[in-house]
Amino acid sequence: MSVSAQKTRFCWPMERWPMRKLWKDALRNFGGIGVIFILLTVGGWLIFMIILPQLIMLDFSFRPLLPLRKLGGPEDVYTLKNYILLFTTPLHRAIFFKTIWASVIVTGVALAICYPISFYLAKVAKGARLGWILMGLIIPYWINELLRLFAWQLILADSGILNQFLMFLGIVSDPINFRAGNGAVIMGMAYAYILFMVFPLYNAMESLDRNQIDAARDLGSSWLRIHWRIVIPYAKPGIAVGCIMTFMLAAGSIAAPQLLGSPSSFWFTQIIYTNFETANWNQGAAYAMILAALCLVFIMIMLKVFRVSLKELAK
Amino acid sequence: MGQANGQDVEIADVSMRYPGSKRYAVTDVSVHIQAGEFFSFLGPSGCGKTTLLRLVSGFIEPTKGEVLIGGQNMRGIGPNKRPTAMIFQNLALFPLMSVADNIGFGLEVRGVSRAERMKKATELLELVDLPGVEKKKVSDLSGGQMQRVAIARGLAVQPAVLLLDEPLSALDLNLRQHMRSELRKIQKRTGVTFVYITHDQGEALTMSDRIAVMTDKGIIDQVATANTLYNNPKTAFVADFVGENNAFLANVKEIINGYALAETSFGLLKGRNPQNLNPGQRTLAFIRPEALTLREGAETAENVVKCIVKNLSFEGAFITVFLKVGNDNSVIMRQSNDGSTPLLKIGADVDVCFSAENTLLLAYGEVADA
Amino acid sequence: MNSKTVLQFVTGGYIVLFFIYLFLPLVFMGIVAFNTSSIPQVTPWEGFTFKWFGELFADKQMWEGLFNSLIVAFFVVIISVPIGLGATLFLTRLQIKGRDGFYALLVSPILTPGIILGISTFLFWDKAFHLSGGLWTAIMGQSTFISGYCMLMIMARAQRFDRTQEDAAFDLGATHRQVFWKITLPFLKPALLSAAALAFMQSFENYNTTLFAIGFKQTLPIYIGTKLRQFISPAMNALALIFILLTITGAAVYEIIRRREGRRS
Repeated sequence: MSVSAQKTRFCWPMERWPMRKLWKDALRNFGGIGVIFILLTVGGWLIFMIILPQLIMLDFSFRPLLPLRKLGGPEDVYTLKNYILLFTTPLHRAIFFKTIWASVIVTGVALAICYPISFYLAKVAKGARLGWILMGLIIPYWINELLRLFAWQLILADSGILNQFLMFLGIVSDPINFRAGNGAVIMGMAYAYILFMVFPLYNAMESLDRNQIDAARDLGSSWLRIHWRIVIPYAKPGIAVGCIMTFMLAAGSIAAPQLLGSPSSFWFTQIIYTNFETANWNQGAAYAMILAALCLVFIMIMLKVFRVSLKELAK
Repeated sequence: MGQANGQDVEIADVSMRYPGSKRYAVTDVSVHIQAGEFFSFLGPSGCGKTTLLRLVSGFIEPTKGEVLIGGQNMRGIGPNKRPTAMIFQNLALFPLMSVADNIGFGLEVRGVSRAERMKKATELLELVDLPGVEKKKVSDLSGGQMQRVAIARGLAVQPAVLLLDEPLSALDLNLRQHMRSELRKIQKRTGVTFVYITHDQGEALTMSDRIAVMTDKGIIDQVATANTLYNNPKTAFVADFVGENNAFLANVKEIINGYALAETSFGLLKGRNPQNLNPGQRTLAFIRPEALTLREGAETAENVVKCIVKNLSFEGAFITVFLKVGNDNSVIMRQSNDGSTPLLKIGADVDVCFSAENTLLLAYGEVADA
Repeated sequence: MNSKTVLQFVTGGYIVLFFIYLFLPLVFMGIVAFNTSSIPQVTPWEGFTFKWFGELFADKQMWEGLFNSLIVAFFVVIISVPIGLGATLFLTRLQIKGRDGFYALLVSPILTPGIILGISTFLFWDKAFHLSGGLWTAIMGQSTFISGYCMLMIMARAQRFDRTQEDAAFDLGATHRQVFWKITLPFLKPALLSAAALAFMQSFENYNTTLFAIGFKQTLPIYIGTKLRQFISPAMNALALIFILLTITGAAVYEIIRRREGRRS
């Protein structure tokens, strides 16, 4: 959308009030009905679905949980109590930090596994084969997250394939309870979210001029160096996006810990869920805000580490 | 068939500066285009001709001055209300509609019935010599065919003025030549005022009744017929832009009745002085290539210049001779291939002569980049 | 065998392994649905049966969940596609100061973890309108980010639009409204349809946001999630298999249509 093209269309002589001009512009372009439509849809979306709900959640997070009759009374004040709880409860703290490092692991595993695939798709695979492979990747992506996790649940169950296999080989005589501990959850997440790493990487690598790689090869560079010095720096925005998405999916995942975890491997989101189940909206809201803050912090860290700007991330 | 009768267009002292821009795209342009005329704006890229077209069509309003069509001031009237129709450079045909629907679109938005629209479309396709393609999809047409559909679409709304934005620039050479005569024919048949913009002088010269030559500073240097532009250009820019021309830097030495003597680096030249330049003024001396001849024997000529033949180009009906004179001034001479002049050899020294009548002295000015 | 073929072999093997990793669990899951054993397992195989499908179809809760999912998806489409269209027009046609800011704000729900959207939607409607969790809040919660996807899809198409067509239509005498309905909208139509399809699919299979927004009601994914945390019966595998087959068909059809459309325009 070139700026000059915009300028030569329907320009009236310069007016002094930009807001008025915008209004006139809109009315001319869409007519009365159109303007109402745009205002309703965009406004409704922005205000009633994006801004206000977040503000209300923010508000809830700063208030203490009170029974109905006490609302509006002397105890209904703004407080940091809900937030502080995270730091004062060792269990919550532990779970919070576990969620962070486990999500990082998931992200790392996904990156390691997906990088070669993405590179292959972007630079090596050609034509029809590329189309088929892409299709083959997109289809599981459409299958419900729950079902994909369920599949892993089955595999890791006591009577599941893995245990049957191990017992068959005689490695163990009793089924291993894979679900105790964090391993199952991490594995399940890696399975469920892996594709969210492939596509951003693929997109970023695709536009890399193949000739650059060929030139480097021609100059005698090793594959390792090619990736380290040429491909990775170029694909940085894609890597950043992929990591961000995977991390946020993992940290914010509730299905995976619910299906594949056990009480000893509680996830942060599950604390929020418990709060919700017991109608402690305020606490839940506060922890949800903490989760949001965590995601934001991760995004900023990623931007810094990869030295990418926000604009470049715009997929 | 209901021939639309063209109206006149008056562009009165128009200047245009786009919001946010410091320079004026066009400055103090005043042109009166007659009703039913085929009028062209000719100039290099960036000279402001597209701006003028948009001003007439109503997509932009002039910063200063007025645009009048048929005597009526068009200020405040949008493109959909003006009696104009525009043929865009990329044609902008509607890809999702058939040819007939494209042509009938202007009528459709005016509430004309489908049957009537179909009838009109067939009539117009006849007019532009493209019968029988009503049901085709636009993407199935060739470049020349799409052109005609675009014109038919414009004519369907019976405009008083048809505006054409370099419509032939995307076509290949043969098609372009053919379309030039086609457009001229259509214009004469319908009587609609055509306002045509182009940077190709061949187009402008062959199709138009009158031409306005614009410089890249957004001003009009001259408005005249092709003949006048070629033989009596008013400025150095026009002399250089229209047709091929030899130009020599000179200083006026003396004036003698309507003529003047000017000093070049290789000698004195005598030429016409239509601008009444005074001694000491910097000037460019223009001589058309076809006005140069070789001196035969001892005949006297008003201007004689010693040149060396550098190159010859045989172009069928004529021969172009590239010569050099003095300090690297290049000279182009055109000889007709009728055997009347001997074939020149490269490296030969020749005397090239031309009359004072054919030499034009104009004030020095910027000429368009070659 | 030179190093090039070795490399090809390794890459090929890697790809194959990757695909096995992706698909094998699903295949197993499907096979289980036919095993007579009442514990979902592939081995020991106790016999081929369809009875789990029968049990599935007899489950009233499942049908209710499915019904709710369809209702929610329907309304999400009706809400999100117009919003996506409105937002596209807002951002592409008007010269707004801070347009980038608006864009970022409108796209942000896509990046926000689902549970945060669910919670905030739930709290908002409860606090502001005393409307407790239910289908409406689920619709609202999902639409918050699905509208964003719709907007991106429609905008992508809008930016490929040749604006001179609108100029031409104007020049021929059309009013703004006529230009919009006769020229712009027909061009955007394919994008509107894809957006609708995308919205439907995303709404149907959404879990995170819906879980927190919907209160006590259930959509199909919620039903599945609940069931999977309790005692599991192979009826769930039957459901999973149906779901997978439907998804594969749907995704395949969607992709094929998308490619055909892509080639046409």
